[in-house]
Formats: sequence, structure tokens, C-alpha cells
Amino acid sequence: MNRFYVMVGVLAAVLGIGVFAMLRTGGGTAPAAAAGAPPTVVDDSFRGYTLGQASAPVEVVEYLDFECPVCATFATIQMPTITDQLINTGKARWRFRDYPLPIHKYSRFAAHAAQCAGAQGKYFQMQDQLFSHHQWAQTGKDPSSLFRDFAQAAGVDLKTYDACMEAGRYASRIEYSRQEGDQRLVDGTPTFYANGTKLFNGLRRLPNSDDFKTLVDSIIAHRPRH
Amino acid sequence: MRHRQAIAILALVGLFVALYLWLHALGFGGAIKCGASGGCETVQTSQWAVFLGFPVAFYGVVGYLAVLIVALVSLSPAALIERKWNVMLVVLGTAGVAFTAYLTYLELFVIHAICRWCVGSAVIITLLWIVSMLSLRSPAPRTDPGVSPPRPGPPA
Repeated sequence: MNRFYVMVGVLAAVLGIGVFAMLRTGGGTAPAAAAGAPPTVVDDSFRGYTLGQASAPVEVVEYLDFECPVCATFATIQMPTITDQLINTGKARWRFRDYPLPIHKYSRFAAHAAQCAGAQGKYFQMQDQLFSHHQWAQTGKDPSSLFRDFAQAAGVDLKTYDACMEAGRYASRIEYSRQEGDQRLVDGTPTFYANGTKLFNGLRRLPNSDDFKTLVDSIIAHRPRH
Repeated sequence: MRHRQAIAILALVGLFVALYLWLHALGFGGAIKCGASGGCETVQTSQWAVFLGFPVAFYGVVGYLAVLIVALVSLSPAALIERKWNVMLVVLGTAGVAFTAYLTYLELFVIHAICRWCVGSAVIITLLWIVSMLSLRSPAPRTDPGVSPPRPGPPA
């Protein structure tokens, strides 16, 4: 009997040390993609992923931040209706531009994860993952492992994704988009433009799908006929 | 006795698995150690990772600790012959298996991600439950001297 209690004690000590070691070494740092803005910004002529037909009469540009809860709400609640009513009907095309806010620790990292997924043709699937599992933005913890899970769920090849993230391949592209947003006087996220004009300046709430439908229908009704 | 010892060992291992997940949920350490296939962070950060205001792993810590205490107490000489401890271990094990089945359902059909640590805990609690059921069937150990040979009487 005494031998059993000794065994339990030894096992408890070993397991305790194991848990302690895992917690100590588990704080892995996010790869290069998590770093701040790159020292030099190069225009790679990329202007954002788009949803909708190129011939659509209205182009909406959205500057978004993946860590922003309002952007997540807009993406998960309003975008499905907007997609049905405006994008799938050919009335509008949606262009997504990154505008990582400096107050958000991992928004640039999330934008990079989306770009690395986009390089494999999975930008929108990754965007869905990042916005629909937005609890990651509330934990404050390094989300690199979680983003790998998202990438896997989005159908991304993880080996290529890891290499992309490690290299910080699209850091310059994201910073270019952010600087572009500065020039266009983006003052928060999400900020929208329709055919180059900033939208909803006086609106003191998040625009909804009805606001966009009214706007797009109005632009289409007033466009010059050829 | 062997059954109760096995249950104590399983509960101890399960306790540390749950403890690791709980401490991680509280923000200790960084990314969870989950192997190449991942899934743990998805599960741990999902809306289902909190149950009645506490991280799910907290219930694992409490449950395994309860089983461990009951198993160790039941190994005391006075408790060894008492069958009620076996019943208590079965009750705790059944509650653990039921809760684990619910969590595994969430992983498979709602969250669509599998956490290896959760699978490990599910295996441990299932084994623990099986052993506790087996303990019900085994006869209680005898502590009385049994049938001792009659003392020889005084010579006639």
C-alpha cells in the first residue's frame, strides 16, 4: 500500500513538472508576419480581393481591420444580405482593403494570415474563419496556432501558409493598403467608399444592408445613360 | 483494491490534463501545445469553451479531483470493505463520461475541430468509468480472518 502512495506522489510530481514546462515553453512568438510595419513599403500593384462582377456599376471599397469587433459584426451579419441583394445580382462589387489599426495587437497579423490564404485562392474562406470565430480577438493571446487551424479549415495548404507567414511575405502589401487608407482619410474601421466617395460620414451607427441597398440603387438610378 | 488504485492513477493523470487546459484558458503560457494538426485553439476559443461562466476545463479539474480524493479515501483500510465507495466512483465516472460525451459531440458536430487534449481526457474518463464498473462486480476484499481452524480443545 505504501508503495502505491509513493508511486502516486512521484507521478503527481512528474505530471506537475510536465504541465509547468509546457506552460513555460508554450508562449511561442508569432512569426515574422506579426511584426509591425516593414521599413520599406513596395507597391506590388495589388488593390485588394474583390467580390462581384467587374462590370458592376458600383464598386464599394471597405477598409477593414480583422481585430475590430464592428468589422466582424458587419461581416457576419450584414454581408450575407449584401452579397445576396447587391453582389450576386451584379449591382455592386466589393473590394476589401486592409487598414490594421495600431491599437490592435494582432490585426496586422490576421490581415497577413488572410493574404497568405489568399495566395492559395482562399482569402474569403480565411476571412470567414477570422470573422466568424472572432473570440480570438478578445483573448489577447498569441493567435498564431489558432490562425493555422483557421487556415486548415479554410482549405489552405499549411506548409505553404507557414512559409508565407514566417517570411512575412505580404507585410509590405498590408502597409501599403494602410497608407492608402491614410491618404483617403480613413478614420476608423470599417470605412466605406462607393465609386471613390466616402460613405456614411454623418451616420452615427454601423451601416446595414438596407443602407447599402438604398445607396447602390440610388447610384444606379442616377448614373448617366449611354 | 486494484480497481480503486487504477482509478486513482487515471484520475491523477486526467487532473493534470484538465489543469493544463484550465491554466491555458486563464491565460497562462502562450499557444497551446497541440501537435501539427491543431484544433485545440479553435475549441478553446469557441463559445462552447465556457460553461456556466467557467472554462470547461475547470469542471474537468473539479471532477478529476473529486474522483481522486474519493479513490484515495476508499483505499484506507477502514473503507476497503465498504461497497459504497465503488458506487460513488461509478456515479462520478458516469457524470464525467456524460459531460465528456456532450463536449465530444460539440467538437465533432458544432465546432468541427478536435482538440487532442480533450480526446486524451475523453479516453481517460472512459477508462476510469469502465474500471469503476468492473469494481462493482468484484467481491469486496475480506478483512476478517475467515474460517480459522478450531482451536484444539483440552485433551480429553
